[in-house]
Amino acid sequence: MKKIMLMVLAITMLMLPAAMSRAGSLRDYIAIVGSSTVYPFATVVAEKFGKTTEFKTPKIESTGSGGGLKLFSAKAGVKTPDITNASRRIKKSEFERCQKNGVREIVEIKIGYDGIVIANAKSAPRFKLSCRDLFLGLAREIPNPDGSLTVIENPYKTWHEVNPKLPPTKIRVLGPPPTSGTRDAFVELAMAGGARTFPWLRALKKKDKSKFKVIAHTIREDGAYVEAGENDNLIVQKLLADSESLGIFGFSYLDQNSDRIQGSLIDDVEPTFENIAAGKYPVSRPLFFYVKKAHIGLIPGIKGYLAEFTSEKAYGEDGYLSDRGLIPMPSSEREYYRKVATELKPILSPSDFREK
Amino acid sequence: MTEKKKYNLHSVTDRVHSGLSRRYRAEKCFRRFGVCAIGLSLFFLVILFADIMHKGLPAFLQTQIKLAVFFDPELLPLENLETADFNALLKSSCRALFPGVKGRRSKKSLYKLVSDGAAYELRKQVLRNHKLIGTTQDLWLIADDELDMLMKGNIARNPTGRFNQQQLYWIEKLEQDGRLRRRFNLTFFTSGDSRDPELSGILGALSGTVLTLLITLMFSFPIGIGAAIYLEEFLKKGRFSDFLEVNINNLAAVPSIIFGLLGLGIFINFFGLPRSAPLVGGLVLTLMTLPTIIISSRAAIKAVPPSIREAALGLGASPVQVVFHHVLPLALPGMLTGTIIGMARALGETAPLLMIGMVAFIVDIPKSFNSAATVLPVQIYLWADSPERAFTERTSAAIIVLLVFLVLMNASAVYLRRKFERRW
Repeated sequence: MKKIMLMVLAITMLMLPAAMSRAGSLRDYIAIVGSSTVYPFATVVAEKFGKTTEFKTPKIESTGSGGGLKLFSAKAGVKTPDITNASRRIKKSEFERCQKNGVREIVEIKIGYDGIVIANAKSAPRFKLSCRDLFLGLAREIPNPDGSLTVIENPYKTWHEVNPKLPPTKIRVLGPPPTSGTRDAFVELAMAGGARTFPWLRALKKKDKSKFKVIAHTIREDGAYVEAGENDNLIVQKLLADSESLGIFGFSYLDQNSDRIQGSLIDDVEPTFENIAAGKYPVSRPLFFYVKKAHIGLIPGIKGYLAEFTSEKAYGEDGYLSDRGLIPMPSSEREYYRKVATELKPILSPSDFREK
Repeated sequence: MTEKKKYNLHSVTDRVHSGLSRRYRAEKCFRRFGVCAIGLSLFFLVILFADIMHKGLPAFLQTQIKLAVFFDPELLPLENLETADFNALLKSSCRALFPGVKGRRSKKSLYKLVSDGAAYELRKQVLRNHKLIGTTQDLWLIADDELDMLMKGNIARNPTGRFNQQQLYWIEKLEQDGRLRRRFNLTFFTSGDSRDPELSGILGALSGTVLTLLITLMFSFPIGIGAAIYLEEFLKKGRFSDFLEVNINNLAAVPSIIFGLLGLGIFINFFGLPRSAPLVGGLVLTLMTLPTIIISSRAAIKAVPPSIREAALGLGASPVQVVFHHVLPLALPGMLTGTIIGMARALGETAPLLMIGMVAFIVDIPKSFNSAATVLPVQIYLWADSPERAFTERTSAAIIVLLVFLVLMNASAVYLRRKFERRW
């Protein structure tokens, strides 16, 4: 026993310096972080890239858009990620953090769209909702139904009370928690869209943006909206078990489970591949990734990865990413970003953020 | 009532007798309660196992499809075989199966029955044996995950669902011709992660786990045991030792994610070790398991009878000799048990690894302590979160592998303890 222990000690002592010195050497694979929504698409591209080229398969961490951009903007150099995926555009504050920390040249590439669906089990009738219904059904505070310009605590218990055309089902919606990009997009597109149908709220948005946000972006906490965690499979399982409830998740999950669940019509548009691609479906958002230009040439294979991602067989209309539920961009936009990926310009500049 | 009271006053035996039935009842009640508690936990355990086995066992079988592949010399030029279009080869073999298929859409839905991985398989075979070119071979190739799910009954056979009428007709035809079979899923044990369920495997996560736990064992075992010996045998009891004891006990209860944050701060940001490496993962898990090992090792040292120490000292051994020649060998079984319990806990951790980047999609199988790696529980988590239906059974299958690993570790703990245990 003593001998074994001595041996273990000796090996430990020998290992440590060896490991430390090797750690300093160059990384030979691409490191990617970021959004859990882009993750299923980026991983497919990474795998194909690894299998068909001499480069190693990139490593992809699913950290969420915000977490990814935080890691991305921390520092330049081989110890930091080369690419970050995002299910929303980079914010001005994040861009400034990059600049401050020496991540100067960033290339932005848009890869396509993702639709957010509100679905239920096929055993129940399909819902026909509008953004207004979603806002009235799910916001914590809603405009007073008596017409005065005040808000009241959300009193609705069933969809029928929200809108007489809807069935008398109890309001029970399973959706992602506040840390999720899907939730951000849902709130921004569907709920705020519904809130804007009230003229006085629209006026309020122009006058006092933060006050509008408090009303339009806050989801009720009285049990009608159930935070079901980041695992969308779990939401699908729960929908099958309880046909009365609705669930909110990304389009790819509806696509994969189309035999068991159905997407509700939003503003009379069905969440289908074609409708989202045509921009008809109101609750959809663009997906991006960001590349550190300084890392190209430093880490092998980045250019090849960009070329694979922006190739027609990947993000094109019939590409393998569309099989996974990514909604492709129009061909002119695809063309444009393919050019961006090969020429690595334009790089992001402060003027890109002037609007917001 | 009054009569009873009178009896009680008179004789002790009567008093005992009167209370006896109540005491028996209490004892019976407690026993029943114990049986209920064990029964309930067994019940839930059985449900858990039954559920995991029911969902996971089918994943060890994989549907294969028999294609007559004509290795077309035109598609396979000898000079650049490496980069030849094996996808086209696969597609033409699919078309040969059902020559009547026309139109882009129907062709595409036909190709969907075979896995993308089949093209890589063809490539491998041709590169190994050039003589195949120009011949026609009947080959069993991996079927697509959706077809696999259909064959296993997880997707209903109706044309409104995942398959269209035409595809269902083809599948029926294939079944009649005996071109579909289910075989042991070797891929699951020989490949790393993949986004195609039928091509994904557990080997990457398994070797990541082994590498990480090796590092953990190498660091936590000597450090933990050294610390325990020093604290128990050499440190003077006093305020300082009390302070240390309280802190070590506290550390054992700290949520594991905190150790992840610590690892991120120290090992990655300060020492500059690479992210996602088993080296860093192992070090973080070392920090986490150290308190457990120290506490159980101290208990094991305490359990060595003082007479042994005194006898050794009396015969002229130095304190260090006493410890290393007499106390340590006797306490070692207990220390090993503690270490393995600590390691088993480390085996199931994901939270601290999240902070240091080991929750990641990694296809290549990690070979060194510095290469990017992930571990079994993380793989389970990642698969549970994937949209493809076939990953559900793979999740359960990965849990089975993890459980087997765990049972092996715990069994070795029992074996080691039996082997070295000494009774007085």
